[in-house]
Amino acid sequence: MTSVAKLQNPYGDGKLIESCGLFGMMDTSGRPLRGRDILKAMANMRDRGNGLGGGFAAYGIYPEFREEYAFHLMYEHEEGRKRTEAFLRSHFKVVHHEAIPHRATAEIDGAPILRRYFLRVEKGVARAGQDDYVVKKVMAINTGIDGAYVFSSGKDMGVFKGVGYPEDIGRYYCLDDYEGYLWVGHSRFPTNTPGWWGGAHPFSILDWTVVHNGELSSYDTNRWFLEMYGYACTMQTDTEVLAYGVDLLARRHRLPVETLAAVFAPPLWEAIDRMSERERRRHATLRATFGGLLMNGPFSIIVAHHGEMIGLADRIRLRPLVAARRGDLVFLSSEESAIRVISPKLDATWIPSGGEPVIARLRPVAAEAVGGNA
Amino acid sequence: MSRFVINARGVDQRDLNGRVRAAAEAGNEAVVLRNVHGQRYIGTSLRKPVKVDVYGTPGNDLGAFMDGPTIEVHGNAQDGLGNTMNSGEIIVHGGAGDVLAMSMRGGRVFVEGNVGYRCAIHLKEYGSKVPVIVIGGTAQDFFGEYMAGGRVVLLGLGGDGLAANFIGTGMHGGAIFIRGRVDPEQLGKEVGVAEPDEADQAFLAGVIEDYRRRFGRGRGAGRGRGAGQIPTEGFVKLYPRFLRPYGRLYAQ
Amino acid sequence: MPFFAPAQFIVDRDDARCIRCKVCVNQCSFEVHSYDAETDEVRSRDERCVGCHRCEALCPTRALAVRFNPMEIRPNANWRPEHIRDLQRQADTGGVLLTGAGNDKPFRIYWDHLLLNASQVTNPSIDPLREPMELRTFLGRKPDRLDFDDLDGELTTELGPQLVVETPIVFSGMSYGAISYNAHLALNQAAQEFGTLYNTGEGGWPAEFRRFGNRTIVQCASGRFGIDLDYLESAAAVEIKIGQGAKPGIGGHLPAEKVTAPVARTRMIPAGTDALSPAPQHDIYSIEDLAMLIGALKEATGYAKPVCVKISAVHNAAAIASGAVRAGADIIAIDGLRGGTGAAPKVIRDNVGIPIELALAAVHDRLVKEGIRNHASILAAGGIRSSADVVKAIALGADAVYIGTAALVAMGCTLCQMCYTGKCNWGIAVTDPWLTKRLNPDIATRHLVNLLRAWSLEIKEMLGGMGINAIESLRGNRLQLRGVGLEDWELKVLGVRGAGA
Repeated sequence: MTSVAKLQNPYGDGKLIESCGLFGMMDTSGRPLRGRDILKAMANMRDRGNGLGGGFAAYGIYPEFREEYAFHLMYEHEEGRKRTEAFLRSHFKVVHHEAIPHRATAEIDGAPILRRYFLRVEKGVARAGQDDYVVKKVMAINTGIDGAYVFSSGKDMGVFKGVGYPEDIGRYYCLDDYEGYLWVGHSRFPTNTPGWWGGAHPFSILDWTVVHNGELSSYDTNRWFLEMYGYACTMQTDTEVLAYGVDLLARRHRLPVETLAAVFAPPLWEAIDRMSERERRRHATLRATFGGLLMNGPFSIIVAHHGEMIGLADRIRLRPLVAARRGDLVFLSSEESAIRVISPKLDATWIPSGGEPVIARLRPVAAEAVGGNA
Repeated sequence: MSRFVINARGVDQRDLNGRVRAAAEAGNEAVVLRNVHGQRYIGTSLRKPVKVDVYGTPGNDLGAFMDGPTIEVHGNAQDGLGNTMNSGEIIVHGGAGDVLAMSMRGGRVFVEGNVGYRCAIHLKEYGSKVPVIVIGGTAQDFFGEYMAGGRVVLLGLGGDGLAANFIGTGMHGGAIFIRGRVDPEQLGKEVGVAEPDEADQAFLAGVIEDYRRRFGRGRGAGRGRGAGQIPTEGFVKLYPRFLRPYGRLYAQ
Repeated sequence: MPFFAPAQFIVDRDDARCIRCKVCVNQCSFEVHSYDAETDEVRSRDERCVGCHRCEALCPTRALAVRFNPMEIRPNANWRPEHIRDLQRQADTGGVLLTGAGNDKPFRIYWDHLLLNASQVTNPSIDPLREPMELRTFLGRKPDRLDFDDLDGELTTELGPQLVVETPIVFSGMSYGAISYNAHLALNQAAQEFGTLYNTGEGGWPAEFRRFGNRTIVQCASGRFGIDLDYLESAAAVEIKIGQGAKPGIGGHLPAEKVTAPVARTRMIPAGTDALSPAPQHDIYSIEDLAMLIGALKEATGYAKPVCVKISAVHNAAAIASGAVRAGADIIAIDGLRGGTGAAPKVIRDNVGIPIELALAAVHDRLVKEGIRNHASILAAGGIRSSADVVKAIALGADAVYIGTAALVAMGCTLCQMCYTGKCNWGIAVTDPWLTKRLNPDIATRHLVNLLRAWSLEIKEMLGGMGINAIESLRGNRLQLRGVGLEDWELKVLGVRGAGA
């Protein structure tokens, strides 16, 4: 979509300013959860948004196409669709494609053309290189084909988002019909964009999704640092730099989530100076090397990919994040009330410390929610 | 004498210098480097009076910042030899390239053959340190530029003559001795010409003997030169006419 | 026939207040004041006055006032008094005009056209007095990625040598000789006390200071004064000085008058000769030669110290900096048009180079575009006057700044620009032991530490306002800047939006 910046940022501001509410839930045993629960939770936090953006990510929803990259596309016009489909056919084997199911509702209008494609990377691309191949193709469509925008590209997962309150967007996409073991939701309150469907959260590349609340004061520093690694920050949003930061460190550099958290929200030098030699060296090296990825200013985020959901708040906890657990279920939310709406009884709730990630992992890999006690 | 041999073929310069340093620190008094091909900074980080023999063609900045060792190059040397050298000795059985012994403060350099452009520039001396450079052949332009101290001797062996210009330009210390004819227009404006005095003659006789001892049996410019075979006559001495060559440059 | 050349300063003496203590007579190295015992009068030769205000400051009865004397000639926007005075001096002497300190011409000072942001509503400002605010800065090459052991999670990537400073303000190189021993001692002590760095400049490094080596950058400049292995090994980092903002492209001559015995000892040259610094380093005629010297210095220091390359801000600074980083520089220092000097030809100081703000922005952008910005830190120098300038420099892309003139002013310099005369009445830009004594190194240390403290507090205030609590999040964060009164092309070079946009 060549005019992403214009759609996103019609006033040409330095960046978009937005805040929100966020929610995540995961069954660490892998049992499927119905979409209607997260719609209820998001509706409970309606006051945190302003109707200019809502969205969801759901994992484990396409078991029949588990091995295919599921591309969700929005088109401004048929021409964009034609060119994109030709592009997809020339770079992938299109296993299946269809309209993304939706229903007409009174609350939602102005939707773009929404379609999904289940794609296999053609032979000739080594398996290890397939993810990078897909990322390149997503970038090529999003920056090169007018009127087309890929907003979801992972396997067996999908992003559903648009302009409206999240519960209305959820109903529009018929999310109550989906089942997945991990759900993330977001309600947006932008101040300088009228709202564009592609600009809603989650922001996603491959199966990584990020929803974010807050306003990064370090945005421009994060932007140039990521540009050095080849990321073009066309969306002018904090969430975009967070997502690229996750992609760089977690996917490309294969750093564990704890390390990612130590980069985004590092301990204070005072604390580092008091650590053991080994930890001091680790944190000092991380801060010196990746200071450009310190996410400075208020944020709470939920980062998800297959098998893992991570909650993280900035190091001096300027944005809220509540965690809760009941049996195999782990919840993350901007507000506890939203969790209680769907699970009145909880084994534990806690407020994670700034910079300390809450990590929920799928069993049997590791069934645990780290970071707190009742 | 304990002697350590390193085959430098294909060895990266940092690795090679590290190995030489380790050999010196292990107490070896001599290190022999074979098959040297362009590795730089040989001798730079050695702070022991170790002897290093280099076979092959060492890279630039041989003996840069060097403090103590003796390096003998059995072949030609490249640019930047003895850069900012503090003490020790470098002997080259052959020629050397440009910018030889820039800003050298102490120690001695003997080159059997010719040297390139801008050699012996900004030579200094300080306290008991008086750098000495003896070149068997000839040198090219800007020889001894900015010279602030030390002694440089051009023996003029090998028959190549001295075609250099701007010799000693900006010179404000030290002395250059050249055997053979030097035209006034070859010299920098700040240079005076004199006959070597008695003390100079004694100094020349000494370094000529040192040169003969190092190269007399070789195959280069110094070949077959036994005692008395390098003339101690026929030298001119170049000296700085002013301690402050640029004192009048500025409006006072 | 004499020129019409009125005194530049007028010394007003209130005779009723003057107690004939002769402090002014004894203090003035330019010999402005004299006492006539016969008439019991103190007289002034105003034409010798350089406007350093030493006498005024020390006069116990406040009987003295030194005022600038505007040349009362027909106003002419083209032929200004400075031109006329310079013409006269050159007609008189046939020499090159020297000057000291930084460029005093009214070239646009971009700091004064940049305004900072503050948080309102959408993100909170942070209260630096009560919440953490971090200024610690690492200077040196950073790796592109970090690797950890798969089994035990141990960090396996070794971070190259770094300089760690507790505030992003580093003292700039000023040679011993250009400034006094006591000035060096004070800079040295202040850097140690505050956790920042002192730079020896190119005039060697007094041996007794080497106990402060972990807080010292030593210079390797074209004159190679005082450089031996001990000098290199005792320091925290080595800086290759290619250029200086006040005099890009030219060398320097420390006049023999300033080469006293201790200066000569420190530079390891004979006393009483001019100390010449060639224009280029004669072992660097090209970028690969720079790589060679960087390599030699790293070899000489066991690859344990970062190597900084200092260049003047010139027209193609971005390309030069990029080349230097690729040649192995771990830190790039850029010294702008308004950088200071102990002595420079006036025509060079006032006409060569570009402002630091533009060069800094261009260098940062180029290194980002080439994906090597993390391979070197950037030190911005040349006309940093306040903590706001520091913050703006970092927002434009610097890791830290060098201050020279500001530090001298903190020690008492009044910017009379006579550094090159060797007569500094304040004991700063001087080597004469009688004048050097005037600078009490412990008081000067206190003043420097106070300056660092005050600026650091102010930087924290500004950062907090922006909602940033670690200095690394300001680096290259140009959205925190807006331009006022700048042309489009200037905004573009700076990468900054106009105010309101």
